Amino acid sequence: MGWLAALGALFAPASAWAQDGMRVWLPQAVTTTAPVIDRLFYVVLAITGAVFIGVQLTLVYFLIRYRRRPGVRAGYTHGNNLVEVVWTAIPAIILVWLSLRSQQVWSQVRGTPPPPDLEVAITAQQFAWNIHYPGADRRFGRTDASLIDEASNPIGLDRTDPTAQDDLVSVNQLHLPLNQTVLIHLKAKDVIHSFFVPQFRLKQDAVPGITSRMWVQPTTAGNFDIACAELCGLGHYRMRGFLTIESPEEFQNWLTQSLAEQAL
Amino acid sequence: MSGASHTTHDAADGMRKVVNSQLIFLGLLFVPLLSLLLPAQAAWIRWGSLAVLAAAVVVMRRTLFSSDHKVIGVQFLITSLVMLFVGGLLAALIRLQLGWPNQAWPWLGKILPGGFPEGGPMDPTFYNMLFTMHGSIMIFFAIIPLLVGVFGNYLIPLKIGAGDMAFPKLNMYSYWLVPPAIAVVCAGFFMESGAAAGGWTAYAPLSTTLGPGQVCWIVGVIILGSSSIMGAANYLTTIINLRAPGMSFFRLPLAIWALFITAIMVLLATPVLASALILLLLDSTAGTSFFLPAGLVIDGVVQARAGGQVLLWQHLFWFYSHPAVYIMILPAMGIVSEILPVFARKPLFGYHSMVYAIMGIALLGFLVWAHHMFTSGMNPTLGTSFMVSTMVIAVPSAIKTFNWLGTLWRGSIQLTTPMLHAIAFVSMFVIGGLTGIFAASTPVDLYLHDTYFIVGHLHYVLFGGSLFGIFAGVTFWYPKMFGRMLNERLGKIHCALTFICFNAVMFPMFILGIAGMPRRIYDYTAYTHLAQVGGLNRMMSVAAFVLVAAQVLFIINFFRSLAHGKVAGQNPWQANTLEWATASPPPHGNFTTTPTVYHGPYEYSVPGRKEDWLAQNVKA
Repeated sequence: MGWLAALGALFAPASAWAQDGMRVWLPQAVTTTAPVIDRLFYVVLAITGAVFIGVQLTLVYFLIRYRRRPGVRAGYTHGNNLVEVVWTAIPAIILVWLSLRSQQVWSQVRGTPPPPDLEVAITAQQFAWNIHYPGADRRFGRTDASLIDEASNPIGLDRTDPTAQDDLVSVNQLHLPLNQTVLIHLKAKDVIHSFFVPQFRLKQDAVPGITSRMWVQPTTAGNFDIACAELCGLGHYRMRGFLTIESPEEFQNWLTQSLAEQAL
Repeated sequence: MSGASHTTHDAADGMRKVVNSQLIFLGLLFVPLLSLLLPAQAAWIRWGSLAVLAAAVVVMRRTLFSSDHKVIGVQFLITSLVMLFVGGLLAALIRLQLGWPNQAWPWLGKILPGGFPEGGPMDPTFYNMLFTMHGSIMIFFAIIPLLVGVFGNYLIPLKIGAGDMAFPKLNMYSYWLVPPAIAVVCAGFFMESGAAAGGWTAYAPLSTTLGPGQVCWIVGVIILGSSSIMGAANYLTTIINLRAPGMSFFRLPLAIWALFITAIMVLLATPVLASALILLLLDSTAGTSFFLPAGLVIDGVVQARAGGQVLLWQHLFWFYSHPAVYIMILPAMGIVSEILPVFARKPLFGYHSMVYAIMGIALLGFLVWAHHMFTSGMNPTLGTSFMVSTMVIAVPSAIKTFNWLGTLWRGSIQLTTPMLHAIAFVSMFVIGGLTGIFAASTPVDLYLHDTYFIVGHLHYVLFGGSLFGIFAGVTFWYPKMFGRMLNERLGKIHCALTFICFNAVMFPMFILGIAGMPRRIYDYTAYTHLAQVGGLNRMMSVAAFVLVAAQVLFIINFFRSLAHGKVAGQNPWQANTLEWATASPPPHGNFTTTPTVYHGPYEYSVPGRKEDWLAQNVKA
C-alpha cells in the first residue's frame, strides 16, 4: 500500500492547483432559451447521476460481498428472462421520455423562429466574424464574392445597391439590443466555423454554401465572448469576437455612431 | 510427454523471435522517415536507410512473414502497442500546452525545433497537428488494430477450434498493409509543411486547403481501410465455415460473437470511408468539387470550384466513423464478457440477451451517425430522428452493463490483473455511456457539442472502455500467447495507476465542457468565461504525465515476462473455452486433434462437479 501513499503525495500539489478551479461550472445564462436548456441539462444530470451512483455502488458492493472465500462456491445461473425484460423496459421508457422532453425544447430553440425585431448576417472567415446589419430599411444589401476586398470590403457588399446604402459591416463587434428577438443569418467564406456564445447555450456551424439561421432574445446586458467552436485552421483559437448586449437606446446610438464612422 | 513440452518450448522461443524481429522492423521503419528531415544534399542517406530496411526485411524474412494467425496476431499486437505509446506521447505534448499555455520550453525546442520554434512556446499549427495525429494514431493504428487485428487474428481460430484462418495469406497481407499505412500517415511529421492538421475528422473544406501532410494522411488511411476490409472478410469466412464439430453459433464465446458482428460492421462501413477519402483526395489534389461549393474565398482569393456540398463529407465520414465507434467497443465488450465469468467462476448472466444486445448495437449503430451533426446546419427535423435512434442505442448498452453486474452477483470473485481491468472497463464504460445521453439530447448538445465535455465522453468510451478492455485482453491471453505469466504485482500497480490517473485527466474534462471550454483550442486564456480553468488544466496535465509514465510499467512487465515469467502451462486460469485446451503457446495448426464441443462456453461452478469449471471439449 506504500505506493498508494506515494501517489497521494504526488497529487497533493495538484489538488492545491485545483482550488481556483472549484467555481468552474455553467456560465451565466443570458437569453430566454438558455435557462430552458439549462433545466433540461439538469434533468439529464439527475437521471444519469442516479444511474451512475446506483451502478457504481452495486459494482463495489458485489466485489466486496462476493469476493473469493475458501469453501464458498459461486452460484450457478444462466440468467433470468424476467429481469432481462425489466432492465430493458425501464431504460427504454426513461430514454423515450427524455427524447420527448428534449424535443419540446428543440422545437422551441431550433423550430420556426418567432417574428424578429432585428436581423443580423454574420459571415465567418479565417479568422474573424464579419457582422452585417441591414440598417433602417431592414434589408440586406446585395453581396458578391467577386467584390471581396479583405481590407475594405470583407463580405463583398455591393455599395451601389440602394438597399446597401444604410448597411453597417463591423468586424468582430456584435451588438445586440436587450429583450428583442434577433434572427442571425450565419454564413462562411472559406471553411467551416461555428458561432458559439457559451452564455447563449447555443452553437451553430457556419458552413460555406449554406445559410444557417438561429434566433436569440437576450435578457441580460453585458459583454461576452464569441468563440469559434469548429476547427478552422491555424488561428482557430484566436477567432474571438466581442458581443455587447445593451439597452435598445444604447444599441441605436452605437449603430448610428458606427454608421457615421463607416462613412468617413 | 517430454516431446510435447519440447515443442511448447520451441513455440515460446518462436514467439519471442517474432516479437524481437517485429520491434527491429518497426524501429528501422522510422529511419527513412527521419532522414526526410535532413537537407536535400543528404539524399543518399535516405536511399541508404531504405536499403538497410530492405536488407533487414530480407534477413528477418522467416520470422517477419508468416501466415500463422498467431504470429500475425502478435505482430499486430507489437505494432499497435508501439503506436499506442506514440499516441500517448502526443497526448502528453497536448497536455503540456493546455497546462501551461504560452510557456517557453527551450529544451523541447532542441528536440522538436519545428514544434517549438526558436526555443519559444509551442507553435499553434504544431498543436493542431498534435491533436490530429493523436486522434488518428489512437483510432486507426492503436485501438482498431489492437481490438480487431490482435484479438480477431489470435482468438478466432483458437476459440472456434480451427487450425488457422480461412485465408491465411490474405491475413498476412492485411497485416503487411499496416506498416506502410503508418509510415505514410506519419511521414507528414518529417516534411517541411508538417503533418495533417485538420482534426481526425478531416472536415472539408479545411482539410482540402492543408498541405502534403494532409494528403499523406488521406492516402495512409485508405491503405489502412483496405487492411481492415481484408481482415473482416477473413474473420467472417472463418467463423462461418471453420467451427469445430459441436460449436453451434449459440455455443460461441461472446468475444467471437462480438468479433463476428464487428467484422460485418467493418465490411459494411469501411468501403464508405474509403470512397469518401478518395473523393477528398481528388478535391485536395485534382481540382474536383465534391465537397466544395461555389463562392469559396480563401485568403481573399475566389476559388474556381462549384457544385459541391460541404455537409456531404460529414455524412459520409460519420456513416463510417460512428459504426467505427462500435467497432472499437464491441470487441472490448466481448473480451470483458469472456473474462468476468472466468474470474467470478460463474456462467455469463443472460448469454442470449448479450448476443442480441450486440446485434442491436450494430444495427442501431448504422442509424445514429448524424448525432455528430446536430449543430452542423443540417435540417433540425433530421436532428430529432437521430436523437431518438441515439437514445434507443443506450438501451442495449444498459442491458450489457446489467448483465455484467448479474454475472458478478453471487460469484466467487478473484481479483487478478485481467479481472481488475475488466471491472475498470465496466465502471468506466458506464460513465462513457451515460455522458453520451447529454450529447444525444439535441438541445443540450447545442451547448456541449465541440466542447471538452465531448472530449471527456469519447475518452471514457475509447480509453475507459476500449483500452481497459484491451489491457484486460492482453493480460488475460498473454500466458496463451507467450507461454509465461505476467507479473501480477506489477500488473496490479499498472492497473491501479492507470485507473486513477485516467480519471484524474478525463473526469475534469466534463467540468471544463460544462464551463464552455471548446475543444481543439491551442490557447484558451484569452476567453473571459475560461479565466478560472487554468488550475484544473494543470492538474489534468500532471495526471496525464503520470498516466503516460505508468505505461512504462506495462512495457517492463510485458518484455521481462517474455523470458522470466512463471511458465503458464496449458490452462492457468482454469477457463472453459477451446484456446485453453491446447498448449501455451499453441503449436502451428493449434490443435493436435480437432476438438469436439459439448457445451456453451461459460459452464462454471456446475452443481455436482468437483471442479468449478467444465471445458467446452469435455463431456460432463
